Amino acid sequence: MKLEGLADNYEKYGAVEAKLLPLGDSAVTVQLGETICRQTHDRVRQLAEHLERHRFPGMIEYVPAFLSVTVYFDPFEVLAGLGGLGGHTESSELADPLALVAGWLGDQLAKLEDAAKSMPRVTEIPVCYGGELGPDLPEVAAAHGLSEQEVIEIHASADYLVYMLGFAPGFAYLGGLPQRIATPRRQTPRISIPAGTVGIAGDQTGVYPIATPGGWQLIGKTPEPLFLPDAMPPTLLRAGDIVRFRPISREEFDSREAALR
Amino acid sequence: MSMIIVKPGLLTTVQDLGRYGAQQFGVIVGGAMDAFALRIANLLVGNDESAAGLEMTMLGPEIYFAEPALISVCGGDLSPRLNDRELPLWKTVVAPEGSVLRFGPTRQGCRAYLAVAGGVDAPVKMNSRSTYLRAGIGGWEGRALHKGDRLPVGAPATASLALASLLADEAQADGVAFSRWSVAPDLLPSYEANPEVRAVAGQELALFEEESAERFFAEAFKVRTDSDRMGYRLSRDGEGLRLREKRELISSAVTFGTVQVPPDGQPIVLMADRQTTGGYPKIAQVASVDWPLLAQTNLGGTVRFRTVSLREAQRLYLTRENGIRTLRSGLERMQASGNGRV
Repeated sequence: MKLEGLADNYEKYGAVEAKLLPLGDSAVTVQLGETICRQTHDRVRQLAEHLERHRFPGMIEYVPAFLSVTVYFDPFEVLAGLGGLGGHTESSELADPLALVAGWLGDQLAKLEDAAKSMPRVTEIPVCYGGELGPDLPEVAAAHGLSEQEVIEIHASADYLVYMLGFAPGFAYLGGLPQRIATPRRQTPRISIPAGTVGIAGDQTGVYPIATPGGWQLIGKTPEPLFLPDAMPPTLLRAGDIVRFRPISREEFDSREAALR
Repeated sequence: MSMIIVKPGLLTTVQDLGRYGAQQFGVIVGGAMDAFALRIANLLVGNDESAAGLEMTMLGPEIYFAEPALISVCGGDLSPRLNDRELPLWKTVVAPEGSVLRFGPTRQGCRAYLAVAGGVDAPVKMNSRSTYLRAGIGGWEGRALHKGDRLPVGAPATASLALASLLADEAQADGVAFSRWSVAPDLLPSYEANPEVRAVAGQELALFEEESAERFFAEAFKVRTDSDRMGYRLSRDGEGLRLREKRELISSAVTFGTVQVPPDGQPIVLMADRQTTGGYPKIAQVASVDWPLLAQTNLGGTVRFRTVSLREAQRLYLTRENGIRTLRSGLERMQASGNGRV
């Protein structure tokens, strides 16, 4: 059985190489690379920012990920909009909204330029490490023959890049965890991890925005809310941001948390 | 105007057509599992298709209408009764002041939708009134309905008032009225206890062993009892579905009807409360026209997947949407002419 796609291989659209893969009858994934790297991330950001400013009739929204941007649309509206404007047939036997969307996306990809990169936003996240807020810190330290203080210093010394948001509202997939403190997940996942908890899983680190089950090694907690349902955008972090963690004392944690209530 | 929840049922939530525009921030779409049924229920009471209604799961609630209301129940058949009368699905219904809507045994499907003229007036969070249970936001206080909840209902549109006046002639002695008009049977999805759903190739179908891919499109899968609004966990006897070679995928966007296969080889179909992105290989994507069939498949039921081309999936979608627009314009013509005989 063959994968029925719009393009089996990467095609050139101006300076951009991309593969357009249907995600069913009402979405298309634009894949921009094969490995997680800065270059592909920048392309993803470029396309996402372009789609923020340019939409086609029937476009619903787009979801950027590590290597791709997926665009959701209403085929009926696409046909009425792009189909009508493009002078395509109105017969539903021949109608192909997916092809219309792919054509539009191809035109937009060709327009992407290597514009000068804007400065990323830098967001500092205060974290109270260890103790009952980070119960796995001793284990993480022991696994690497480090002291707890060393793990904290290593974790808080790095600049992290937000590759994408997903998994939970406001959850950022961060790149840049120093290999020296990369730690496998726990054997048995916890049933509920409180919102704000900072963890390590393999070579990833992240902050749980809402209470969820999970197998991450928990090393601390931030009093800062990451999911802001009453704001737009509803999240503290956005794709492309740089994140830094700043160690705070338990007293500072408690007083910040109290102030937010 | 308000509705009072006398008994909450198993899982009754406020839902609209979902929360769009914030998936890029990791916010799930949610919304009605059977969006078709909610859209039709809304049209039948003169609402906007996207108005909020109630999704009622398996064991329906008991609802008291303190004031007269124009309502419609669509989707799964949970034996609805209005006062002492059986309430027909897919119709416009007048519930006079003091009416009680109850549900009985599940006859078909597992999710019924109640629309009320004016819509359930829950607060809007991130462009939607849908309940997002896991985050505890949206809908009614971010949770399933409880006994004693009093849900406010918005002001009915002119279209709703026109439909109500067309129904005045049909009123029975107790004030209850059921419309003669209904939905053309060929517009309804072919709801079944053990449906066959049409699906196109998933983005990673080619990564699966030939035999696994063939089995996936040939055999029946059971819907496990730990399935929920987030996804249906499927299982079948024998070996799981296998990749040609073991590999880690990099997360990308997923949608309603995406069938992904975790390492244990037992597929999961993603449903309304799915996460925005996923990292398991996607073997298939259910055509959107058949999402309602999945939504109405009960725990313990079986699902089969039949492969169709993308062209066919799109054609089916457009035919369904044309049908919904025909229904909408039919209702609008009736409201304008004041003639309810169809």
